[in-house]
Amino acid sequence: MASYTLSVNGKTHQVDVDPNTPILWVLRDHLRLVGTKYGCGIAQCGACTIHVDGVAMRSCSLPVSQAADRAITTIEGLSEQGTHPVQEAWREHDVPQCGYCQAGQIMSAAALLKDIPNPSDEDIDAMMSGNICRCGTYTRIKAAIKTAAAKS
Amino acid sequence: MTKINTSYNRRSFLKSMAVTGGGMVLGFSWLSGCRPEETKVATGPALPDNWYDVNAYLKIGENGTVTIMTPNPEFGQNIKTSMPMIVAEELDVEWEQVISEQAPHNAEKFGFQFTGGSRGISSRWEGLRMAGATARQMLREAAAQTWSVPVAEVTTAAGMLYHEASERSAGYGEMAELAATLPVPEEVDLKDIKDFSIIGHSKKNVDAKKIVTGQPLFALDHYEEGMHVAMIVHPPAFGQRYVSIKNLDEVKSMTGIHDVFPIKTYKDGFAKGGFDTNAFPELVAIVGKTTWEVMQAKRAIEVEWEPFADYTETVMGFRGDTSTRKVPAGLESTAAHQTAMEEAAARPGEVVREDGDPKGAFARASRVIERTYSAPFLAHNCMEPINCFAKVENGKVWIAGPLQAPGLIEGTIAARMDLTPEDIDIEMTRMGGGFGRRAYSHYMLEAALIAQQAGVPVKLMYTREDDMTNGIYRPTYQATYRAALGENNELLAFHVKAGGIPESPLFANRFPAGAIDNYLAEEWSLDSNITIGAFRAPRSNFMAGAEQSFLDELAEAMGKDPIDFRLELLQRAENDPVGENNDYDAARYAGVLELVRDKAGWRQPAPGVHRGVSAYFCHNSYAAHVLDLTVENDRPVVQKVTCAIDCGIVVNPDAAVNMAEGGIVDGIGNAFFGELTFTDGVPDKRNFDQYRMIRMEEAPKAIDVHFVESDVNPTGLGEPPFPPIFGAVANALYKATGERKYRQPFLGSGNLPG
Ligand code: FES
Ligand code: FES
Repeated sequence: MASYTLSVNGKTHQVDVDPNTPILWVLRDHLRLVGTKYGCGIAQCGACTIHVDGVAMRSCSLPVSQAADRAITTIEGLSEQGTHPVQEAWREHDVPQCGYCQAGQIMSAAALLKDIPNPSDEDIDAMMSGNICRCGTYTRIKAAIKTAAAKS
Repeated sequence: MTKINTSYNRRSFLKSMAVTGGGMVLGFSWLSGCRPEETKVATGPALPDNWYDVNAYLKIGENGTVTIMTPNPEFGQNIKTSMPMIVAEELDVEWEQVISEQAPHNAEKFGFQFTGGSRGISSRWEGLRMAGATARQMLREAAAQTWSVPVAEVTTAAGMLYHEASERSAGYGEMAELAATLPVPEEVDLKDIKDFSIIGHSKKNVDAKKIVTGQPLFALDHYEEGMHVAMIVHPPAFGQRYVSIKNLDEVKSMTGIHDVFPIKTYKDGFAKGGFDTNAFPELVAIVGKTTWEVMQAKRAIEVEWEPFADYTETVMGFRGDTSTRKVPAGLESTAAHQTAMEEAAARPGEVVREDGDPKGAFARASRVIERTYSAPFLAHNCMEPINCFAKVENGKVWIAGPLQAPGLIEGTIAARMDLTPEDIDIEMTRMGGGFGRRAYSHYMLEAALIAQQAGVPVKLMYTREDDMTNGIYRPTYQATYRAALGENNELLAFHVKAGGIPESPLFANRFPAGAIDNYLAEEWSLDSNITIGAFRAPRSNFMAGAEQSFLDELAEAMGKDPIDFRLELLQRAENDPVGENNDYDAARYAGVLELVRDKAGWRQPAPGVHRGVSAYFCHNSYAAHVLDLTVENDRPVVQKVTCAIDCGIVVNPDAAVNMAEGGIVDGIGNAFFGELTFTDGVPDKRNFDQYRMIRMEEAPKAIDVHFVESDVNPTGLGEPPFPPIFGAVANALYKATGERKYRQPFLGSGNLPG
């Protein structure tokens, strides 16, 4: 066990956990920020995507020891009112089916647009292929990313 | 208007429930205390001070806000939006006045609360319309009494009541308290379909805001004081069972671990229901404080397993009849399965349907075309892994989790825990996918047993590996098709012989049965200890691909256009059907083929584009696809899928399109990559690094969905677009490569074959 100071969505938290604990489980079990999802635990599905210092990362494979003192953003902190252009575009296109993968998809998409404000289809494919949607909402995700790009 | 007699399920569905006192109705969801209330939805309707229960499906606040219950569980098909739309339509309110809520499990009020078989909307259509229409009628009655005017003169519009002659009006909220005390009318008026202003007009997903902001919606998101995390360890191989834990003390003493013990899901001799399928009824449970700590214990634990001997289990049918099922011993492998299937297919099958004289027709054929198609086991791989929250206190069990049919597990839990169904409260949480998997909810019983033995509330979670290796798979199938062609290339006879492990996929009375004079359908099956379950359009999801591939091969052999050929057969089935039991409507079937042909511009494909067509009937609906594929860097790229569907009236068009897109993407993914194989009983894939799922870069670049305009009552939609996509993929790939693929998955490792 070790003590870590975490900065999540602009708030500071103190946790006492095993240094190997993936930040995913610290967020969910300790901080009760449950928007970040578990899908595979091995960085294959993207359901657990968060931003660490502005970069999209798979929280299931990032030990808490490497996340301390870095700026972590989760879906809950992407925007105050749920009005990030990506979130709004998601609603405009009514993207979700079951919804389970969508927080991860949105976090990946938001990171993509930060790097490449006007992504091509290939850019979108390259970034978003790390996020599985079992319900198959990919065409809507792509359309929503383009809408968000046009608006931001 | 259509008069409709409300006696249909009147007692159970439409009992007027007058509320006493202030009429405040408490929240229905016992977990809701831990969740953001509907009130916090910034854009939602204003909440009233009092609610008046008008019937089981709806309550109206004094301010006119209406809460409508969605009786069936939601797994992404968007019924939590579309079901209230149906009620709101007949109630005659503005959609903006409506709050949608998941109903509690209550069979007396809501009947069989089942999501599956694409039956949600079709089975609820009449009841939901009646719930809305009945409430509207009672509100009119209340206004008539209040104003002392004849009820016939009271009209409604957009949540308001009017009496034109006396120029009086009132909001529904003002009359709700009185309306809730009135008797349920004997007869109500339903709207004319042409007057619909909500049904048929796209409404956004009511939970979209919560989803995109990461609010807790799923059972996995539930946390409460004293709750522990539980995980299971099941035998690594099918054909094995639990013996003992080798290092119990060591694991129990690990950090954060509360308890470790074996559980037994069923009592000896228990007559299983049809959905009590479970390959691993004896498991090890690990209970601890946090997920990561339990995962560490799961890694450290050493369990002894042993092969089991052949046994038979008792299975109870829906009518209470029992039968026995043989579960063979052995550690099964895919290679052996394939050999066994080939041998089984070579033996005579069981004849299910025979029209005319197929034997004679084959004997006099100038040419016989024979092809065999096969497909592997598939895992459901819902994105939200299997999980369930359970609390056992004072002889009561509270369960909250993702499941498709609470009615199918409640009795099983009661029998195992010596309780009555009344002692068990099941909350249906939003499912992170279902696809059939969550109709088999043994995990709810596991969670309850673990909570009971550990003495603490638990949230049971399967890891992805547990989820993928737990069974209840889509079976492996094989089908051989034969066609007899005459001297002039005419189709003389058609023969299908299909089987699988452990069930046959055959639908003997589906197309092209009814279109060919001499027709023979046979089936076979082989026992296995690998468990299977419904998977999006069970059996159809294989038969469509095989049959539609064969029809393409046949059309080519006969020198015909694939769509023209199918339409000719359908014409025959419509004008002069062979046999009596054909379970499809040939005109509607042809309708989707014609629509997709026209919308796709079938005869003018773009240069470099390879096209495949496919159509299928299942779940009382018709779907046809034209799939356009190009080859880039030796890889197939799906440029576009044009889709035509006839599922009767479409309640929420944009959501319906979303569902069809999902079925298409899912089908392409499974046709290309979907496969679960076994070595000595052990599933060869355990997680997404091994189990290839379709991803963004492989999804079609465009999907264009069209619905046949219809005033027929709604039929299935979640499943029907899925099966035929396999045929469209196969037929387009053949065009692209000149080589026909007979075994799924078509791409295996992901590269274009050949
Ligand atoms: S849970 Fe982290 S990538 Fe799947
Ligand atoms: S919406 Fe269900 S997994 Fe993506």
